[in-house]
Amino acid sequence: MTSSEPPVLPTLLMFRVRELRFHAALRERYHVLDFFTSGEPLHGFLAAAAADPDPPRALVAAGGDSVSVDAAFLDAVPSLRFVFSTGAGLDHIDLGECARRGVAVANSGTVYSTDVADHAVGMLVDVLRRVSAAERFVRRGLWPLQGDYPLGTKLGGKRVGIIGLGNIGSLMSKRLEAFGCVIHYNSRKPKESVSYRYFATVHDLASESDVLVVACALSKETRHVVNRDVLDALGKDGIVINIGRGPIIDEAELVSALAEGRIAGAGLDVFEKEPKVPAELFSMDNVVLTHHCAAFTKESRSDLRDATIGNLEAFFSGKPLLTPVLPR
Amino acid sequence: MESLGVLLLHPVNAYLEQELGRRCRLYRFWESPREEFLRAHAGAVRAVVGNANYGADAALIDALPALEIVASFSVGIDRVDLAKCRERGIRVTNTPDVLTDDVADLAVGLAIAVLRRIPQADRYVRAGLWKSRGDYTLTTRFSGKRVGIIGLGRIGQAVARRVEAFDCPVSYHQRTEQASVYPNYTYYPTVVELAANSDVLVVACPLNASTRHIVSREVMEALGPKGVLINVGRGPHVDEPEMVAALADGRLGGAGLDVFEDEPNVPEALLGMDNVVLVPHVGSGTYETRKAMADLVLGNLEAHVLSKPLLTPVV
Repeated sequence: MTSSEPPVLPTLLMFRVRELRFHAALRERYHVLDFFTSGEPLHGFLAAAAADPDPPRALVAAGGDSVSVDAAFLDAVPSLRFVFSTGAGLDHIDLGECARRGVAVANSGTVYSTDVADHAVGMLVDVLRRVSAAERFVRRGLWPLQGDYPLGTKLGGKRVGIIGLGNIGSLMSKRLEAFGCVIHYNSRKPKESVSYRYFATVHDLASESDVLVVACALSKETRHVVNRDVLDALGKDGIVINIGRGPIIDEAELVSALAEGRIAGAGLDVFEKEPKVPAELFSMDNVVLTHHCAAFTKESRSDLRDATIGNLEAFFSGKPLLTPVLPR
Repeated sequence: MESLGVLLLHPVNAYLEQELGRRCRLYRFWESPREEFLRAHAGAVRAVVGNANYGADAALIDALPALEIVASFSVGIDRVDLAKCRERGIRVTNTPDVLTDDVADLAVGLAIAVLRRIPQADRYVRAGLWKSRGDYTLTTRFSGKRVGIIGLGRIGQAVARRVEAFDCPVSYHQRTEQASVYPNYTYYPTVVELAANSDVLVVACPLNASTRHIVSREVMEALGPKGVLINVGRGPHVDEPEMVAALADGRLGGAGLDVFEDEPNVPEALLGMDNVVLVPHVGSGTYETRKAMADLVLGNLEAHVLSKPLLTPVV
């Protein structure tokens, strides 16, 4: 006969989940070992976790600089069998090491894609139609003094070259086609299911685009792929939109291309060394700058909670993960 | 049309002015005091070219005995006294279609800008306030928001097609429902009901006696504390003082405004608000569209002079 004890909650390692409702939802379901509230150094925290009567089999980590899931980390917590990353990027997880050890990995899948696509479209309209710049003009009281604001340029007929036609790139294409844009793209291989014109290199894509959109992941291959050569191919009427990762663009070259008028404008949500933004951009009216916020709406936060819990529940009940990265 | 005396009311577009100067007998209304000008040249003016803010009102029409045609560099002709023109047999043309896409693009761009706070983020970054990664407040998703459109004419339809690509359900109000033409859009018989069932309300109808202040206090309160008003029509479509108060109180969530009741003056209170995006009547403000509009004005004047059918007549 069993007494009515509360169920034993599986142990979960947590790095950098700050949002209160998310935190609470995880605490309801799991015995959470939270690094950032433990106050301990990483080594001590992991040792204590490994020594827990029910050592953690799963980890939830935010992206970026929250934690590096590398060989040393995995050695320190041998009970770990599943890593869930709440961020879009996976550059903080050593997928090779995880694969070697049979540690499953899942990420947030497409929870951010819609909002990033919407933000990118919003920035594109803003740069072409000078929305933020015209706003500054109005707020400074210049409309009655200086009269009409300088003209922007029409969206219809613009060739938008998307680097990376994944979820975000696809959602952007559907939206931009409704504005009359023509979609071109580059990705590792052409996609048979789309009728957009494919370009084998980013340089070729840029040379036949009016707007170049960075919508791919950061990797060894894509680091600084938008370089001087690509910017020159884009040309003096071209604009760049970056909602991928800062290091995909050679930022110094981008700044000098803008300063010298070798390209016409840019919409940037990400930068090489966030939160540092090159100061030269602050005086430019043809750029729109946002603080890496394209993914973050109440709705994507709620979708993320669902995706995290969905994947954790699947793992703990031995079912297939919802959005697995490993095993492939 | 070298003998056509054209009175340009305002320097609306450099290319248009240059072409009128080259091809017609151009008079620039702003170059001398009104009375002096009329005394000297009233009899020579056969055509008037104005725009959204400068039109041929009754007084001006009365002062121009030889006036034959008013060709407006705009699609909205609320500043032209149409009744007077009909009475005098004066033709009136506008510039529809060529600016539809630009205005619709801006309407949707403003909606995304307000909901996702893009200009606000840009201000934040430029002010050097971005000090740490992960420093953002959550905005609200644009895709899927219920979009209500007042006036499903050319511009309203163009807005509808764009927001459909964002999976936004579309509803509308206008004088008549056209269910067979728009089976996917929901019709509401009143603007208040439309507002009550929308997250984003877009003004896209012409301005006339029955649409003045169509966006009233009641409509704005129905749209509500999370609702966003987008005005790419005319300032007087909206009861502006009520809107300012509703935004300040939080009874209306936000607004994206391209037009104002007394342009170029924008209510001071709006300039300090973070939940609004304000642009200076740039709905058709692209090089491509303004040139197309100018060519349409020139084309209408030429057709008139050659006694051919006008390209885009209103009267």
